[in-house]
Amino acid sequence: MSIRVLFFASLSDITGIRETSVDAREFTDAISVFNKFAEDFPALETYRSSALFAVNSEFARPASPVQDGDEVAFFPPVSGG
Amino acid sequence: MFQLIRVPIDIQKIADGLQKPEDGALVVFEGVVRNNSQDKAVRFLEYDAYESMALKKIEEIGSRARNQFAIRDIAIVHRLGRMDIGECSVAIIVASAHRGSAFEACRFAIDTIKKIVPIWKKEFYEDGEVWIEGAH
Repeated sequence: MSIRVLFFASLSDITGIRETSVDAREFTDAISVFNKFAEDFPALETYRSSALFAVNSEFARPASPVQDGDEVAFFPPVSGG
Repeated sequence: MFQLIRVPIDIQKIADGLQKPEDGALVVFEGVVRNNSQDKAVRFLEYDAYESMALKKIEEIGSRARNQFAIRDIAIVHRLGRMDIGECSVAIIVASAHRGSAFEACRFAIDTIKKIVPIWKKEFYEDGEVWIEGAH
């Protein structure tokens, strides 16, 4: 019963985490996962309004549901090209 | 052809693989590493990606380009990792019977890459390094 959690770019630098997992039973939506890490890493708060969320490699809203087996990713606005 | 790679992009090879006798236009866009950013001298860049999603989004952009513009085919290759000044970070090649739709599709592809593909560049200066974040 786990959700895979990924951080990229500056959000990965803040948390020191690229990839981890959390207990799926404790979370219902993407923002609840973000909130857990924002408690552990308060500097994430500076990204609360700008961070992009993805669930299973698709852009998601904060309220998008998450469940066992899902992959949730948090990252800043993209800058490729 | 849609790829994320960690070696220099061979544009000629991609173009040769894409082009067919019925094409009248081949539009090539190269994004290259610039030696300055916001008045600071840039030494080199590093690109990082959420690779599975980035590839999925690049494929989506390719499909949308083929559906929305009268082109025959499109290739998009983005390089990841460290790149020096002048190196190619992204290549888009569009093959089409006529030039107009090829230019339009190419412009659409690079503009959309910069908006929705989860890739980030980090600029390295003499006195530090910064992740670049796009417009939200």
